[in-house]
Amino acid sequence: MEHFISLFVRSIFVDNMIFAFFLGMCSYLAVSKTVKTSFGLGVAVTFVLLITVPVDYLLQTKVLADGALAEGVDLTFLAFILFIAVIAAMVQLVEMIVERFSPSLYAALGIFLPLIAVNCAIMGASLFMQQRIQLDPETSTQAISGVGDCVAYALGSGIGWTLAIVGLAAIREKMAYSDVPKPLQGLGITFITVGLMAMAFMCFSGLKL
Amino acid sequence: MSLFSKENGEIFKGPLNLNNPIAVQVLGICSALAVTSQLKPAIVMGLSVTVITAFSNVIISLIRKTIPNRIRIIVQLVVVAALVTIVSNILKAYVYDVSVQLSVYVGLIITNCILMGRLEAFAMQNGPWASFLDGIGNGLGYAIILVIVGFFRELLGFGSIFGIQLIPDSWYMENGGLYINNGMMTMPAMALILLACVIWVHRAVNKEEV
Repeated sequence: MEHFISLFVRSIFVDNMIFAFFLGMCSYLAVSKTVKTSFGLGVAVTFVLLITVPVDYLLQTKVLADGALAEGVDLTFLAFILFIAVIAAMVQLVEMIVERFSPSLYAALGIFLPLIAVNCAIMGASLFMQQRIQLDPETSTQAISGVGDCVAYALGSGIGWTLAIVGLAAIREKMAYSDVPKPLQGLGITFITVGLMAMAFMCFSGLKL
Repeated sequence: MSLFSKENGEIFKGPLNLNNPIAVQVLGICSALAVTSQLKPAIVMGLSVTVITAFSNVIISLIRKTIPNRIRIIVQLVVVAALVTIVSNILKAYVYDVSVQLSVYVGLIITNCILMGRLEAFAMQNGPWASFLDGIGNGLGYAIILVIVGFFRELLGFGSIFGIQLIPDSWYMENGGLYINNGMMTMPAMALILLACVIWVHRAVNKEEV
C-alpha cells in the first residue's frame, strides 16, 4: 500500500510528465488555450494511460520478455511496434465510447482526441514502465512490479499531466491581457511560462515518501 | 522535373530556416528539450530523426495510393515504429553509451510530431524524391535547433563541449578564480527558456515572413 501511494505521489509531482520529461508537449502547447478543453483532454489522456500501461505491462512480462513465451525466445525488439499498436487501438476505442456517451465532450476535443495516439506522454509512460520493471522493488521507490503498481503509476502520471495543462491554460487565459514583446508573443512566452512552472515544480524533487 | 530543380531546392531549404519544424511549425518539442543537456546526444538524436523522417517519408510516399484513408494513421505508425526499432538497435550496437543517455527518447521518436506531421502534410500528396528531400530538410532543421540548445547548455552547465573542458581550471572558484558552472542549465527548466530565446531571435530576425 505504501509503495502504491509513493509511486502515485512521485509520478504527479517529482516525475511529472511535462516538467521533468517534456512528454506530450505538442498537444500541451496546442490545446492549453482554455481551461475547459484542456481539462477534458487531461481526463482523456489519464483514461488512455490507465488502460494502456497495465496492458503493455502484461504484454511485456508475459509475451515479450526474455524466456516469457518459450525458453530462449526474446522478443523485446518488438516492444515499440506492439506498444504503439495497443495505444492506437485503445485511442480508437476511447473515441468511440466518448462519441457514444458524451457527444459534447467529443465535439469539444475534436481533432485532439485521435491525436492522443501520438501523444508522447502515453508512449513515454509505457517505455518508462518497461525500464522500471528491471528495478528492484525492495530498494527503489520507482520500481514497478505488478499490475497494481502500473495503475498507480498511470493514474499519477495522468493527473500530473492534467494538473500541468490546466495550470498553463489558466495562466494563458490571464496572459491575453499582458503586453508581451512582439517576437516573443505566442510560442515564445508560452515556453518561458512553462519553464518557470517547471522551476516551481523542481522544489518537489527532494520529496521522499 | 529534374532531381535538383529550383522547386526541389526550396523543399529542402525551407525547413532549415523559414519553415523550421521547431521554431515555426511547433512540432517535435518533447525530445528537443529532453536530450539537449549535452551536445553529443543532441547530435545523435538529430541525425536519427533526420534518417527516420527521410525514410518514412519515402516509404509512405511510395505506398500512398494503396493506403485506405481510414486506417492511414495506423499504417504510418507501423512504418515509423519499424524504422525506429532498426535505428534503436543500430545505436545500441555502435554508440551504446549515447543510447543509454537517450534512454526512452529513442523509442519516443515514434510519437515525435515532426514525423506524423510531415507524413500527413507532405508524403501523402507528393512523390518519393520530393518527400525524401522534405524529410531530410525537416530532420536537419530539427537537428540545428537541438545543436544550438545543446551547445549552450553544455557550455554553460558543464563548461565543456563534447566532453572536452573549455573553461580553464584556474578560473573556477575552488582554484581561486571567479567562475562557477551554472547548474540551472543542466535542469530541464532551462531548456524551455533557452528554446524560447532561440524562437525569440528567430522571429525577430525573420520579422516579415512570420
